[in-house]
Amino acid sequence: MNYLLRGIGVVAAVGAVSVLAFSLPSGDARGDGGGHALPKLTHKNWQQECASCHIAYAPAFLPKASWRRLMGGLDQHFGENASLDPATQADILRFLEANAADSGNSRMGGRVMQGVNLNEAPLRITETRWFVRKHDEVSRATWSRKSIGSAANCAACHRQAEQGVFDEDTVRIPK
Amino acid sequence: MIKHMVCSGLAILGMASAMAGAADSPASLMAQYAQQAGVPVSALAAPRGAALYRTEHAGRNGQAVSCAGCHTANPTQVGRTRVGKRIEPLAPAANPQRFTDAAKVEKWFRRNCQDVLQRECSAQEKGDFIAWLSQVK
Ligand code: HEC
Ligand code: HEC
Ligand code: HEC
Repeated sequence: MNYLLRGIGVVAAVGAVSVLAFSLPSGDARGDGGGHALPKLTHKNWQQECASCHIAYAPAFLPKASWRRLMGGLDQHFGENASLDPATQADILRFLEANAADSGNSRMGGRVMQGVNLNEAPLRITETRWFVRKHDEVSRATWSRKSIGSAANCAACHRQAEQGVFDEDTVRIPK
Repeated sequence: MIKHMVCSGLAILGMASAMAGAADSPASLMAQYAQQAGVPVSALAAPRGAALYRTEHAGRNGQAVSCAGCHTANPTQVGRTRVGKRIEPLAPAANPQRFTDAAKVEKWFRRNCQDVLQRECSAQEKGDFIAWLSQVK
């Protein structure tokens, strides 16, 4: 009997915790800090599933059409298998679309959109015209330095990329 | 009635702890994989796990790929993804977080075996792999 009561207590506690966990707001935008920083976004599945191989790229770096294309092909994701269960995949896509470059939620997104040809739905941030223009002073030899490896390795140069900060003061190109 | 409540309570608890990922350990996962493979745990072989870890295969684009490629030759060391992000060590001796969440372990076996071997790993292979990593000091 004692065990039974204790069991029920634990179940109730676990239940309460999971209700709390599921009711946390996801993807709440809190302004974009004057245009150079990105809105601070929190979304459990996105942060957990899209940040193990690289930083969680901000949704404002690509339009909705790109995110739909990208999320539809996770089993062949730039040569790697990044597949997810369907529910998690759908949940992340909803979040990405709601905060995409063409969602009107950030000034960064607006600037990205100026260079995007909408019927192309680019899969890479690093191939958008906006990205190429912002990085025109970085030479080809620099991109392929061993300490950087790939243009997709934003955090190699943008020391606060994981926090969504990309301004000039936080850039340091490694040797 | 009471028995029924206890049972469903336990079932919910089981689900909750699977979600929290706290209930699994390298030993419990080895037992599960051995059972799936239909062999006793004692039939899991660390040397086969080590070979799985180190053997190079032709990847999708023809380049040689192996588990060690990202997780490094020594699994107590920090690895790197293709994009250059840090991967915490895979051996439980260096990283007690490893093999404590069955869903996470399954997800990465599915992805990484597909990438390296171009197929899923069998239950026996997964068991061998954990058997080896658990004894790496
Ligand atoms: C298994 C590892 C892995 C996971 C998990 C993963 N990615 Fe990637 N991602 C990669 C690799 C590898 C590249 C290619 C990087 C390169 O070319 O250097 C990449 C590239 C990208 C790019 C293009 C970067 C560029 O060049 O502009 C985007 C966008 C992206 N990933 C989004 C996501 C999203 C969204 C998720 C979560 C649903 C995710 N990734 C999960 C491995 C992963
Ligand atoms: C090789 C180093 C390097 C890498 C890797 C890199 N960047 Fe940059 N980035 C720079 C430099 C240098 C600038 C120009 C800084 C300046 O003068 O404003 C810049 C500028 C930017 C800006 C403009 C900031 C502003 O305030 O206008 C953004 C946004 C940005 N990068 C995003 C990214 C993203 C996203 C990635 C990864 C997909 C990335 N960068 C990868 C070096 C890098
Ligand atoms: C392309 C890089 C790459 C390769 C190759 C690779 N892995 Fe991984 N592996 C990762 C990343 C990234 C993670 C997840 C990041 C983390 O948890 O730190 C991971 C995590 C895992 C995990 C999860 C363990 C846990 O409990 O957290 C297992 C199991 C695993 N890998 C097995 C393998 C096996 C088996 C192979 C070879 C067949 C392999 N990996 C090859 C990148 C790789």
